[in-house]
Amino acid sequence: MIGKTAIVGNGDGIMVFKAAGVTTFPAEDEKRAREILRRIAKDYQVIFLTEDLARPLKDFLKRFDEQPYPVIVSVPAGGGESGYGMEVLKNAMEKALGVDILFHND
Amino acid sequence: MARLNVNPTRMELKKLKARHATAVRGHKLLKDKSDEMIRRFTVILRETKTLREETEKALAEVLKQFTVARSVTPSFEVETAFSMPTNSVVVDCATESVMGVDVPKIKLLEERKGNGLPYAYTEITAEADYSVEQASKLLPKMVALAKSEKTVRMLADEIERNKRRVNALEYVMIPQLEETIKYIKDKLDENERAAVVRLMKVKTKDVE
Repeated sequence: MIGKTAIVGNGDGIMVFKAAGVTTFPAEDEKRAREILRRIAKDYQVIFLTEDLARPLKDFLKRFDEQPYPVIVSVPAGGGESGYGMEVLKNAMEKALGVDILFHND
Repeated sequence: MARLNVNPTRMELKKLKARHATAVRGHKLLKDKSDEMIRRFTVILRETKTLREETEKALAEVLKQFTVARSVTPSFEVETAFSMPTNSVVVDCATESVMGVDVPKIKLLEERKGNGLPYAYTEITAEADYSVEQASKLLPKMVALAKSEKTVRMLADEIERNKRRVNALEYVMIPQLEETIKYIKDKLDENERAAVVRLMKVKTKDVE
């Protein structure tokens, strides 16, 4: 199956991906991002979402974990990475294993 | 532990024994599944962590580069230059099974036309070319990250579900069945003893 890629985010950071060939959907806040995600979830298989929008939509994004597609993954926004991506991994690890085997910081 | 509400008959005993055997076997299988899933999960988790670290670092670099590119060009020029992309990123989507969980398997299909830039070289500065180039190079990595992070999340959910199943069998189902089986056995033995005593009583009455 041939799938499409999209990036949802705000600001200029996503424009560079537009030139690289990823469809861009500008979203200035989480409410707008949620709407967009709902709309494009069926048409796009790989969706990148900037971290500043992914964080408040955490619970909303959970529902996409039930099926293999679409794959929604957070990427750092223009302001640098906020550690959200690692947090996602950490949560998954705690859920599955109950112990910290990667980060060792608590 | 509460025992099941069944009639203490041989029929029920036989049924329950069969259920108990199935439950024990299922418990063992699920436990093995859980062990293997956790083993695979840790491997994928480590991979994802390194991949994410690399991607984030590279992406930060790209964004920084792009900011520089933007700052040296008027913003409307950048926007017009970037607004009509010539190539589109397409991915090949399939699923693969990791321990019975359907996880995505994504492959980036390269579709580059010309130099891959949506504008002529004269339109915009070299910094922009460079950042777009870098972003294109980064895409396979980002797609790989998307795939493995999704796998991690899906496996984590599945492991949790499986753990619940194992625990339900181990701490609820199996003790319940064991207790009920014991109860029926006791009851049947008791009935048997009662029957023997009754016979003996009848016998003594006969002699009198």
